Amino acid sequence: MSNFWNFLLIGVSNGLVYSLVALGIVLIYRSTRVINFALAAMAMFSTFIAATLIDRNVPYFVAFLAAMVFGFLLGAVTERFVMRPVESKSPLNAVIVAIGMLIFLEAMAGVIWGAKLRNFPSYFSLIGLKIGGTRLAISDFDLFIVAVVVVLLLALSVLFRYTKLGLMMRASAFAPEVARLLGVRVGRMLTLGWGLACAAGAVAGLLAAPKVFLFPNNMDGVLIFGFTAAIIGGLDSPVGALVGGLLTGVALSFIGGYLGSDLETVGAFLILVVVLMARPEGIFSSMSARRV
Amino acid sequence: MVTAKPEPRQAPAAAGPQGLRRLFGQPLVRNAIVGVVALVLFYLLIGHLGQYRIYQLSQVGPYVIALAGLSVLTGQNGQISLGHGALMAIGAWTLTLMQLHTKSPLWLMLIASALVTMVFGALLGLVAARLRGPYLAGATLALALGLPDITTRYQSLFGGYQGLEVNQPNAPAFLGATATPTEWLAIIEMICVVVVMVLFANLLRSRVGRKFRAVRDDEIATQVSGISVPRTQVLAFALSAGAAGLGGGLFALVSGNVSPGGFSVVLSISLLAAMVIGGTGTLAGAVWGAAIMVYVPEWASTLTQKLSLNQSVSANLALAIYGFLLVAIIMVAPMGIQGIVRLVIFKLRNLRKEPG
Repeated sequence: MSNFWNFLLIGVSNGLVYSLVALGIVLIYRSTRVINFALAAMAMFSTFIAATLIDRNVPYFVAFLAAMVFGFLLGAVTERFVMRPVESKSPLNAVIVAIGMLIFLEAMAGVIWGAKLRNFPSYFSLIGLKIGGTRLAISDFDLFIVAVVVVLLLALSVLFRYTKLGLMMRASAFAPEVARLLGVRVGRMLTLGWGLACAAGAVAGLLAAPKVFLFPNNMDGVLIFGFTAAIIGGLDSPVGALVGGLLTGVALSFIGGYLGSDLETVGAFLILVVVLMARPEGIFSSMSARRV
Repeated sequence: MVTAKPEPRQAPAAAGPQGLRRLFGQPLVRNAIVGVVALVLFYLLIGHLGQYRIYQLSQVGPYVIALAGLSVLTGQNGQISLGHGALMAIGAWTLTLMQLHTKSPLWLMLIASALVTMVFGALLGLVAARLRGPYLAGATLALALGLPDITTRYQSLFGGYQGLEVNQPNAPAFLGATATPTEWLAIIEMICVVVVMVLFANLLRSRVGRKFRAVRDDEIATQVSGISVPRTQVLAFALSAGAAGLGGGLFALVSGNVSPGGFSVVLSISLLAAMVIGGTGTLAGAVWGAAIMVYVPEWASTLTQKLSLNQSVSANLALAIYGFLLVAIIMVAPMGIQGIVRLVIFKLRNLRKEPG
């Protein structure tokens, strides 16, 4: 019985990280119709930046912010100079370019920092909390994850819902031509969207690293889990990303806990297949099918 | 292979009897002749190479076959797969397990690795037929990441992290007493490459090939014309997987070992990169791509040794080059190396025509 609750709690904590990755995927997909497979590498690269800073005795939270800024810049530069030229062409090309970025960044991280597994500091304790004499599977760090994700989601929803900038970004995503006619710099909004998405990815990298360790392709698995979450959420709704992330996290935690952690990725593949076969547009999608 | 190409074009010009000319006009016959000529040239070439060079060449073979399958799927049918490394793994383990538990002859094991993977590919194709571009890419990437984990999960069957050993077949007597297993393997591979290439070249010129391209170019128009889009996509996926499986079986023979590390997600992604760099959708591009997959990592490691750079550079330089080329090629020359080769040939022909 206590196993059940522990798996559930771990699932929620992991799921929130997958939600962030899903959010990064959704923010980009709904504005440019591109799935950013390079998000895994961007998150990893930003985490390495933070690790390097922490090694130089920079305080944890300063390094955390620096990694977010780095992620933002990496995303913005990628959109402006790498993705922009292929956005208008066939979607296959955009996928291939994103994969190219993924390979390139992971290889460069290997060149710069080596392929060795390293620990990433978590700042908060990773030891399970004690409540009434029983040790739970979640720790201070998991609570930190919850706090960070909630704050980030609130900040983003305030940005999108209550600010002029957010309105312009939404307009550029859903009706680029009309937005452009009304004087919105659509290109700049897309760059900004990529920046925000990759900053969210960087946070996901920082939160995942203490658990999955830090090495050049440490985020590949997390990317797939985040992708699964984004698909469940319908690829166009940030709320869907959150719910999808939690569902994926809990489902995989049960698969890993009861059947063996080797099977988590296969589990994600099966969930993906089932969801895509049953409802290709995702469970929480508000969008009607875009066939043609 | 490329040098043998002019051969068939001259064949109809030799004014033989009507029947003979018609025979040479058949794509199957023409392609088969090119293939046999390539095979003979390859056999002669092997005689002049050292064992290490032959071993290197035999590393190229499996990739040529797998890439040809991937290229037909992506370039001709418009379905992307990031999971062909996993499909190669299925072929490789099929061959290895058959070698371990049965006394099957080599040809049967190779056919089985193609067929088993083809069945799996058909199942995957049923899923793929409902997915488009990025969705399919994500699902196949998940497969590429997850499948190797199954082999570590069921250790007693698949050998866990260490994997299983694969015995290389001994050279048959008719090749002469001095023929080594390495040479024999290279010849087996070349036969497989020729068979697969001829079959694919033929397929692409047939009604099926036209269906593939029709589905790629416009699904709705194809469906309206009475062609089943999902059925075509499943067929393409199954055939492509069959090639990947055969490639995987040969890969196991060449490596002498199958382990999850050899079929990691890096393999799947490298295959996609090599396909794009070689020239998406062309069979010659598969040859370029396979050569790149074998020789670029080697050049990279020799280069880093010469410049005495450290280990982490040599392990990653090749991948960094792939990644860079992948982005650059899509932007500058979307048809890859084969596209450039075609352009050069086209320009040369025009030059020759103009002065005359």
